[in-house]
Amino acid sequence: MSSVTPFKRGDQSSVRSSTAEPILVVENITKRFETPDGVLTAVEGVSLTVAPGEFLGVIGPSGCGKSTLFNVIGGLTGGYDGRVSVAGETISGPHQSIGMVFQEESTFPWRTVIDNVAFPLEIAGMSKAARYEKARHFVNLVGLDGFERRYPAELSGGMRQRVSMARTLASEPKILLMDEPFAALDEQTRLLLGDKVLQIQQQLQQTTLLITHNITEAVQLSDRVLVMTYRPGKVKRIVDIDLPRPRTSEIVSSEAFGHYVAQIWSDLREEASRGMHDDEARTRHAGEKHA
Amino acid sequence: MTAGALARRRSFPVLLGLVMVVAAIALVEVLIRVGLINRFIVPLPSQIGASFERVIVEEGIPERFWLTLREAFWATLLLSVFGVGIGVLLHRFRILRLATETWVAAFASAPTVLMYPLFLVIFGRSANTIIMMGFVAGLAPVILKTVEGLASTRRVLIDVGRSFKLTPSQLYWKIYFPAALPSIFVGIKLGMIFALINIVGVEFLINFGGLGQLINELAERYDLPGTYAAICFVILVSVLFFIITERLERWLRPVN
Repeated sequence: MSSVTPFKRGDQSSVRSSTAEPILVVENITKRFETPDGVLTAVEGVSLTVAPGEFLGVIGPSGCGKSTLFNVIGGLTGGYDGRVSVAGETISGPHQSIGMVFQEESTFPWRTVIDNVAFPLEIAGMSKAARYEKARHFVNLVGLDGFERRYPAELSGGMRQRVSMARTLASEPKILLMDEPFAALDEQTRLLLGDKVLQIQQQLQQTTLLITHNITEAVQLSDRVLVMTYRPGKVKRIVDIDLPRPRTSEIVSSEAFGHYVAQIWSDLREEASRGMHDDEARTRHAGEKHA
Repeated sequence: MTAGALARRRSFPVLLGLVMVVAAIALVEVLIRVGLINRFIVPLPSQIGASFERVIVEEGIPERFWLTLREAFWATLLLSVFGVGIGVLLHRFRILRLATETWVAAFASAPTVLMYPLFLVIFGRSANTIIMMGFVAGLAPVILKTVEGLASTRRVLIDVGRSFKLTPSQLYWKIYFPAALPSIFVGIKLGMIFALINIVGVEFLINFGGLGQLINELAERYDLPGTYAAICFVILVSVLFFIITERLERWLRPVN
C-alpha cells in the first residue's frame, strides 16, 4: 500500500490546503459480518482523511466493502473496530455534519420535489415559509427550477437523484457522503450530472466523499482517489488527481485524464479479476451443493 | 379518432363502463325473454327498474339506506382505527407479530357471521350488534395489509430518515406510514367489503333495521323485482364507500 499522501492541488484556492486540519478522519476501520458460511471481513484496517473542501473518491471492485465503509462513516452501521471522527469529534451514529446520498433511488414518492428538498428543514422545525425559501434555493442549485410541484414519479432517474442531492445539501452538512449516486444512470447522463456535481462543489466548497466503481467518474470529480482491494477491503493506493479546476466533463478527453484512468485501472484490474474469480468459485460451489 | 386517442379522454373509460353495464342488463333481459333464464328465479331487469319507485316510496328505502350506511360507516371507522393500530403494534413488536400473524390470517377466512348469536347476547338486537359484526369481519385484512405495508417500506427510505436523525416516532409518521398508505388502503377497502357483506347479512338474519331486513321481507313476500331493487341499493352503499375511500387516499397520498 502506498502511504496516504497529503492533499495538494497545483492551482487551487487556499480553501483546500495541504496543511488544513482534516475534517473527516477514518482510523483503522475493520467491519466483520456473520454469514452462514462463517465470519466475513468486509473492510480491514481502512484509514483515510478528508480535508475541508476536498473531494475524495473511493473506488474498488464490487464486493470490496465500499458500501460498508459508506454506512460506517454515515453512522448507519455499528459494531466495527476503529474510529470515525468529524472535526475532532468521534461519532458513533448518524451525525448532522454528515449528509448522505444513496445509490438507490431515495426520494419520497408521496412528496413533491420542493417538499422532498424541504424535508430535513421540516424535521429541524423550520417554519413553512422559511423552509420553502431555502429549499427553492437548493432546487435551483441542482437545476430543477420549474419542477418544484412535480412528484418524483414524473421525473427521470437523473432528476430524481438530483432531488436526493438537493435534499441532502439542504441540511447543510459539513461532509457530503455519496454512494454511487449515478450508478443506475446511462453514461452520458452520468457525465453531465458529474458536471453538475463539480459546479455545486465549486460553489459551496463542499467537502465530499464519493464511493464509486466508475473510474471515469472518480477521476472527473475527485482531488484524490483511494483505490481499495477486493475482499477484505483495504486501502491499496491513494492517487492524487492533479487536474485543473474548475473542471467540466470535457476533461475526459485530455491526455492527463487518460493517464490517471490507466493508472487507476492498472491497480484495480488485479482486484476486479480476484473478485470475478471469487464470484465464479462461489457460484460453482453453490451449484455443487445443490446437485 | 383512434382507439388510443379515445382511451386518453378522461370521460371515455367511464362512458365505456356504463355502456358495458347497460349492455349486460340488456343481454339478461333478452335471455329471460327468450326463455334461456327462468323468469321465476331472475326477474326482468325492466321489472326491477319499474319497481324502484314503489320500493323507495312504500318500503322506506331512504331510512333503511341511511341506517345501513351509518352502520357501515361506524364499522369502517372502527376497523380502520383498530386494524391500523393493531397492525402498527404487530410491526413494531416482532415477537407479537410472529406469535399472532398466522392466527389473524386464519381469522380472515373464518365465517364470523355465524357468531351472530353470541353478539346478540352481548349487544342485544340492535344496530350495535350489526356494527360489531361488521367490524369483526373486516378487521383481519386491515391488520394484515397494514403489517405488510409497513414491513415492505424500502430500506433506503428508512436509511434516509436515520441519516437525518429522525426520532422513532418521526420515522413512523414521516416515512413508514406514508410509504405503507397504499397497502393500508387496500386493507381498508377489503375490510369494508367484508364488513358490508356481514352488515347486510346480519340485518337479514336478525331481521333488523336496514337494507338487509328489507331484502329478507321482500324475499319472503316473493317480491323478486323488489328484492333485486333493494340489492341495487346495497351496491350503491358499497360504491359510495369506495368513492369516499379513494378520495381520502388521494388526499393523504396524491401520487403512489
